Amino acid sequence: MSESIVRALKCRECGQEYPIEPTHVCEFCFGPLEVVYDYEKLEGKFTRELIESRPQNMWRYKELLPIDGEPKVGANNGFTPLIRADRLAKALGVKELYIKNDSVCYPTLSFKDRVVAVALSKAVEFGFTTVACASTGNLAGSVAANATAAGLESYVFIPEDLEQGKVLGAAVFGTNIIAIKGQYDDVNRLCSEVAGKYGWAFVNVNVRPYYAEGSKSMGYEIMEQLGWKAPKHIVTPMASGSLCTKIDKSIKEFIKLGLIEDTGTAVYGAQATGCSPISKSVKDGTDMIHPVKADTIAKSLAIGNPADGFYANRVIKESGGWCEDVTDEEIIDAMKLLAETEGIFAETAGGVTLGCTIKLLESGKLPKDESIVICITGNGLKTQEAVINEVAKPRLIGASLKEFDVLAEADGVKSNY
Amino acid sequence: MKLRVYLNFDKEKVTEPVIWQLAKEFDVVTNIRTAEVKADMGLVGLEIEGKTEVVEAAVKWLEAIDGVHVEPIEQSIIEG
Repeated sequence: MSESIVRALKCRECGQEYPIEPTHVCEFCFGPLEVVYDYEKLEGKFTRELIESRPQNMWRYKELLPIDGEPKVGANNGFTPLIRADRLAKALGVKELYIKNDSVCYPTLSFKDRVVAVALSKAVEFGFTTVACASTGNLAGSVAANATAAGLESYVFIPEDLEQGKVLGAAVFGTNIIAIKGQYDDVNRLCSEVAGKYGWAFVNVNVRPYYAEGSKSMGYEIMEQLGWKAPKHIVTPMASGSLCTKIDKSIKEFIKLGLIEDTGTAVYGAQATGCSPISKSVKDGTDMIHPVKADTIAKSLAIGNPADGFYANRVIKESGGWCEDVTDEEIIDAMKLLAETEGIFAETAGGVTLGCTIKLLESGKLPKDESIVICITGNGLKTQEAVINEVAKPRLIGASLKEFDVLAEADGVKSNY
Repeated sequence: MKLRVYLNFDKEKVTEPVIWQLAKEFDVVTNIRTAEVKADMGLVGLEIEGKTEVVEAAVKWLEAIDGVHVEPIEQSIIEG
């Protein structure tokens, strides 16, 4: 079965439909465009058995991703572990807790590999040979790696003050890295101009509608891995707010296709207090997103004027979820808690998601006796600076058994003889 | 050239006729394509058309106003 069920691009504001092309904004009202599908074409054909018979990667749900036929880029991406987190659950006093662990997503250890795989596959279908993005971390590495593996030229735009480790994470793949002088807004505007002027697929500009759809694969996997059901509650980190809306869309699609029962999943959003425009709007009871200047260690979530903020706000309210935000200290504490209970070293965004989950549990917004999934979206090895001074330093001893015996005794460890 | 931007107005600026002032100050055609204005905030999707250097100067003028934030219609292109 390879017939595409993609119908069109549709404006989220005025409903105007557009053909499947590299475009992202409604010409009438400037609203963002979204991929829409003819789901009825899949009736009776897209079954649990068909999905389970396919290789374990994000493309086992390819009918619900906006590509034609087989993926052109990132054929092995996705299908990360969903683990039952009993030790963390015990620490939080929760009955049923799961971690969706995209900190080990192939190939660059973040959930961006999902969205980039779709964006670049679509870019190849459209005939682009050069792809581009503007990023402060995960997206840069993912575009660079996935592009080079597919033989595509890539340009990655970064702010000039980006940490060396993050530059390396993209540069090692041989991409063209362009560092831009200036404030965030200047860099942002230049990228918009570049995207409009050059004949490239700019992943989060002219192919954004397709790019964003890749996030749904995280939701599909969660539902399949839970035994074909959705959790009662799901907590997602929010930068642009897109992931939150696409997780919700993935659940609605599986319900529509009869793959799961509708159990009324509530979607929750997590932000850092230093950049929390969506969280603030939900808490204030408004749907207007006030732009902020980001100031947080969770750089991967530091989007001060989130493009999907309005839609994330709506999904959270309509699904019965809520929002929280956490300080830098709470982020670090949560990163450590996750590492020390479940052996998962998440990046700062993971600390945000777990930290907010803890706050939601404490406030009673999130019940402790129902199933909860926490989405971890990136790897802690990329944001080591956040915790480098927060973990125990090695205890130094000489290469002598006697010295170790003294240390072991102090620890209360008994030897065998 | 024709430039498409979002203008965010703070509470202090939401009642001021900034777009009218822009058109008086610069030889550009302003075309509001979408707008949501509330007591404490305004959001306007605006098309600004004119000679390239005039449009660029007009955007600089807008950016210099305290309480007005100018963004491309994609909003945040830089991601984590």
